[in-house]
Amino acid sequence: MPRWFVAVLAAPPAVFLVVFYAAPFLTLLARGVVVDEVGDVLGRRRTWEVAWFTTWQATASTVLTLVVGIAPAYVVARFRFVGRRLLLGLLTAVFVLPTVVMGAAFSALLPASLDRSIWAILAAHVVFNLAVVVRTVGAVWERLPPDLEAAAATLGASPWRVLREVTLPLLRPALTAAGAIVFLFTFTSFGVIRILGTAARPTLEVEIWRRATQLGEIGPAAVLAIIQLVALGVVVGWSTYSQRRHSLAIAMRPATVTLRAARRARRRRERILVGLTATATAAVVTVPLLALVERSMRSDDGYSLRAWRTLGDAEVRRGISVSVDPLGSLVRSIQTAAWATALAVGIGAVAALAIAAAGRLGRALDTGLMLPIGTSAVTIGFGMLITFDTPPIDWRAEWWIVPVGHALVAVPFVVRVTLGVLRALDPELIDAAATLGASPTRAWREITLPNLWRPLVVGAGLAAAISLGEFGATSFLSRSGQETMPIAIERLLGRTGTVIQAQGYALAVMLAAATIAIVLAVDVTGDITGDVSGRRGRRRQKSKAAHARGR
Amino acid sequence: MLEVGEVTVAFDGTTVLDHVSISVAEREVVALLGPSGSGKSTLLRVIAGLLVPDAGTVAVDGTDVSALATHLRRVGMVFQDEQLFPHRDVAANIGFGLKMAGTAAPARARRVAELLDLVGLAGFGHRRVTELSGGEAKRVALARSLAPEPLVLLLDEPLTGLDRELHDRLEGEVAAVLRSTGITAVWVTHDRDEADAVADRIITLS
Repeated sequence: MPRWFVAVLAAPPAVFLVVFYAAPFLTLLARGVVVDEVGDVLGRRRTWEVAWFTTWQATASTVLTLVVGIAPAYVVARFRFVGRRLLLGLLTAVFVLPTVVMGAAFSALLPASLDRSIWAILAAHVVFNLAVVVRTVGAVWERLPPDLEAAAATLGASPWRVLREVTLPLLRPALTAAGAIVFLFTFTSFGVIRILGTAARPTLEVEIWRRATQLGEIGPAAVLAIIQLVALGVVVGWSTYSQRRHSLAIAMRPATVTLRAARRARRRRERILVGLTATATAAVVTVPLLALVERSMRSDDGYSLRAWRTLGDAEVRRGISVSVDPLGSLVRSIQTAAWATALAVGIGAVAALAIAAAGRLGRALDTGLMLPIGTSAVTIGFGMLITFDTPPIDWRAEWWIVPVGHALVAVPFVVRVTLGVLRALDPELIDAAATLGASPTRAWREITLPNLWRPLVVGAGLAAAISLGEFGATSFLSRSGQETMPIAIERLLGRTGTVIQAQGYALAVMLAAATIAIVLAVDVTGDITGDVSGRRGRRRQKSKAAHARGR
Repeated sequence: MLEVGEVTVAFDGTTVLDHVSISVAEREVVALLGPSGSGKSTLLRVIAGLLVPDAGTVAVDGTDVSALATHLRRVGMVFQDEQLFPHRDVAANIGFGLKMAGTAAPARARRVAELLDLVGLAGFGHRRVTELSGGEAKRVALARSLAPEPLVLLLDEPLTGLDRELHDRLEGEVAAVLRSTGITAVWVTHDRDEADAVADRIITLS
């Protein structure tokens, strides 16, 4: 590709990144590092209470998730059984659900007395993040030779001591990695807390939102955002350091030995253990979703489809109307997702082409486009809100600001998937086409282009799923009367009235179904992509799909 | 010292061991010879209690241990690919069994030094097991399984994966160590010459 053309390709994504990510981020920093403001915020007792609650609920969630996840991780890693793949699929499906849906599911499941308690929050966090522990720890456990444990047993170690002296020390890097991810997710928990928490006990993320949008305290909110940023940096740094220190176990298994550790359960005790663990895990992740469906059909006089039938009716009962229009939010979400997807795919595609063709500058663009994944959605939304607020760039009321925010989060996924396929393409194919008389443009059209549509379809699916479930940034950017589904769900569940709440649950059911359907479709398409990009690309993509939630 | 009676094992309908009985006297080293797939390793796993047979009994030192868990049987095992614990150094690997038995640290250190001497690795205690050569790893594995003084020692193709020269040298050394400790041992191999060289008696599985 000629250099000028690469520059032309790279320009739109670069401009997009600078205007909608870098500028808002810097504006936020500038608002947050004002000495007086910082001193004021740090001097308030409330700040420390919020920071303390954020930290301890994240720590408790992480420890609980690790404890609960260890048994299913063991069973999945060590045994082949009927429904094993289904169980893993279920866990992943729950993991990619929008945060608001997860909050709604536990709000539906738990009795009113527990609904807005810390127990509801912890339970939701554990179920939500179980997949992280089971997959991360299970993958390492699967590679751990069972004979290592057998050797310990022949040396006189009881099963309990084998676990303590051999298995757990070797799983430690995986446990640390999984723990760090769960901690990051729960420390920045927003959607779940907005639904299950109370005003008295918010996380930093929720407090930023409350100060900025409910109380209009932009400065203090910006300071909190920076405190959160620093805390996250510390956690990421610590986990990277700790994993490097304990990395010996990774090199433990020589690649040449392809011993299949997993087997059928032989002993009766093993069969009971496998059966019980698998069933319990499946129940833990499905019951909240079933509760969601059940509550959507509950009305004052038994079960009915009334909530579903009246979705289009803003007036729930004669004279009682809610300011939220459920059916309208559905339509708006679909429109928003369509625009966000188009934008993300367009920008992601040209960015991937430019990155693949350019050298060092390409890598810079690649890194830059990845940054929004590492930034909390609330920070992104907040930054945009306070940057585009003065004429001539007062864009807060523009209809396209929400899709732009969603696209910002979705572009990295499109880029990764597309780049994977582009890099897997054998450059000699282009050479071969040239020797057969194809001009460079023609060769590109004949060889590269036909291979691009699949990653772009996958990327589009991911972008749509992200946009449909996005709650953090949207909380800042959406206007009243212009709610997307997640916003509408949160509003509806916050009201009293069985039918109104049932409508919220009905919306959550639809959102959950749509997300799971899209992710399943992406998974199937990803399978077909395997013949171009190889297995590597597919696996990467999967973890991306898993990453897509949280926003 | 070791009595295996009528052991039968089937995996998914395929019979691997069909009413196999063997008997090993005290201080005897028996070679278990047979082609791959003849169930030699499976038999060792049954003796160690790592695999529950479909039928049959195992007795050690006159006691029926069939219902006993592995860690209570006092049967040691040298694994084919050593299975040294990668997160512990050489001394901690060798001392593992003593630690499980509740031996105090000073006594443990003495015994570990003794065993390092026995296998010709004096001074290797603080090495990481991931940095050992193939032959050194085999010796550490042998020392580790001897440390808690098992009643019976099982060796599952302990010399596979070594080049010819090292194989022959270790063959002599390991056999000498077994003799000097006077342990009862079952040595699994598919190599007729190795069996002839190390064992008092050869049992062939087919």
